[in-house]
Amino acid sequence: MKLPTLREVGTEAKLLLIGIPVFIWTMIPIYHMFVFAISPKEDAFSGKLWPAHPTFHNFSIVFHQQHYFLRDFWIQFWNSTVIALAVGALTLFVATAAAFSISRLRVPGGRAVMNMALFTYFIPAAFLAVPMYRTMGTYGLLNNHWSLILAMVTIAAPYAIWVLKQASDKLPVELDEAATMDGATTLQLFRLVYVPLMMPSLVAVGTYAILLAWNEYLYAFLLLSKDTDITLPVALGNFLAADDSPWELLMTTGFIYALPPAAVYYAFKRYMVGGLTAGAVKS
Amino acid sequence: MAITLSASDAPSPPLSARLSPPQVWGIVLLAPYLLVFLAFVVYPVGYGLWLARQPASYVALYNDPIFARAAVNTLIFLVIGINIKMLIALFLSGFFAQQRPWIRWLSVIFILPWAVPSIPTILSVRFMLNPEWGVVNQLIFKFTGDDGPNWLNDPAVALAMAIGVHIWKSLPFWTLILLTGRLAISHDLYEASDVDGANWWQKFRYITWPSMQTLYITCTLLSMIWTLGDFNSVYLLTGGGPADLTHVLSTLGIRYLRLDQLSLAMASIVCAMPFVLPLVYFMMKRLSR
Repeated sequence: MKLPTLREVGTEAKLLLIGIPVFIWTMIPIYHMFVFAISPKEDAFSGKLWPAHPTFHNFSIVFHQQHYFLRDFWIQFWNSTVIALAVGALTLFVATAAAFSISRLRVPGGRAVMNMALFTYFIPAAFLAVPMYRTMGTYGLLNNHWSLILAMVTIAAPYAIWVLKQASDKLPVELDEAATMDGATTLQLFRLVYVPLMMPSLVAVGTYAILLAWNEYLYAFLLLSKDTDITLPVALGNFLAADDSPWELLMTTGFIYALPPAAVYYAFKRYMVGGLTAGAVKS
Repeated sequence: MAITLSASDAPSPPLSARLSPPQVWGIVLLAPYLLVFLAFVVYPVGYGLWLARQPASYVALYNDPIFARAAVNTLIFLVIGINIKMLIALFLSGFFAQQRPWIRWLSVIFILPWAVPSIPTILSVRFMLNPEWGVVNQLIFKFTGDDGPNWLNDPAVALAMAIGVHIWKSLPFWTLILLTGRLAISHDLYEASDVDGANWWQKFRYITWPSMQTLYITCTLLSMIWTLGDFNSVYLLTGGGPADLTHVLSTLGIRYLRLDQLSLAMASIVCAMPFVLPLVYFMMKRLSR
């Protein structure tokens, strides 16, 4: 084994000098949350870097809903799950159909629809929230899960359509022609040729929509208000309203809430980072 | 009237006969999105613009000191916050381009802020900065014996913290995007410059920057548009306080909405449009090519 030269050691030291602060910066809020989650109430507020008596008691309190703020934890967890899955499914349906129609069938006006969708994508969601809230009131959907589902589909669909259109433009035209010559109807073409070939992009888009819906705070907090209707992030935000909030339980709930999307993100990482975003800013 | 008459004079085939079956299917398959778009984008936006039509709303906004403050805060957030973030991202993309096993591991951890939802982590930061119980001031007390500052009670510090939270959350995303740009640069160029004895600044100035500047500028503009809609960083950390001094346009719009001043909320959004629309136009031109 050969010893590293002085120059190599110097480079490595410089890299560590960047790497260590990056690591600390990244981990501080997450570590802080984790320490709170495993601290008993007395330890949590003492400013220790590691609790003297780490415990999973907080998790048990949350799972058994043994606190005033947590009495609807499971139903809120369920609401978050159902809404996220519904948004994923509906976005996939709407966006796949639209992308197939625009890219493969070359429907008249398809390009204009694509541009309108892109325009929606770039309007900041917080700006659209104001008129959206009033519109949901007009439609009579306020405090109904459908309001949040439809709002999130509206926000997720433009990007989904764009990604799917980019991917399906790359499929060769001959494929459609061959299938049509064999007597495939348009629906068969869609079901038997298009959807199977698009699977990787469909997984990416579905995951994107599900994560977007699970993580959404602003729309959820505007559109839903009853304790048994709201999603987990709104419940977390409601902790803030009280002065004597049980912060160790808030952090525990937040930790539980953050785990599923993080797991999904890492499981689908290769679709998420490369596939979805590189196209958005390619020069 | 004349046009419709002359059109019906000539025997035109019914609509279904003029379109081929695939085109009929095309319209059917596009219909779900068009319905969503009409019901939840066109109608709300049109209704919102109609609400924002009265000049009185703009006069009221002009006279509302919170609006002026929010506009300035938004500018600070965008101009200073985003540029700092993108410069750090540009720098870190060079760091993560180094081929080392431990840097690969670090990049997996580095993406965490982007992978986890923002609400729990923002609340975690909020509690860290709590003047009495937060870990920051407890450490300050332990080491200096003095009470730390009341972080979120000073509007300048609170806004800086909100920008910090925003950077924490979105830095990994932009670093990765810039990293893909950096990895696309041919390695031969760097080897050739090594032979010529170029230093790191010359390599950056004459190789890296020229091939990345379009990407970098696009990313910066895109980040500005998205940051305009960053409601969580400010709302969950400071709630717009103290004394409504740290609002940005997105939280201000929601504040007016909660106060049932919908026309003011819409007017404040309309005021941002001269800034937003050119950016949106630029991005759309880039993406629809």
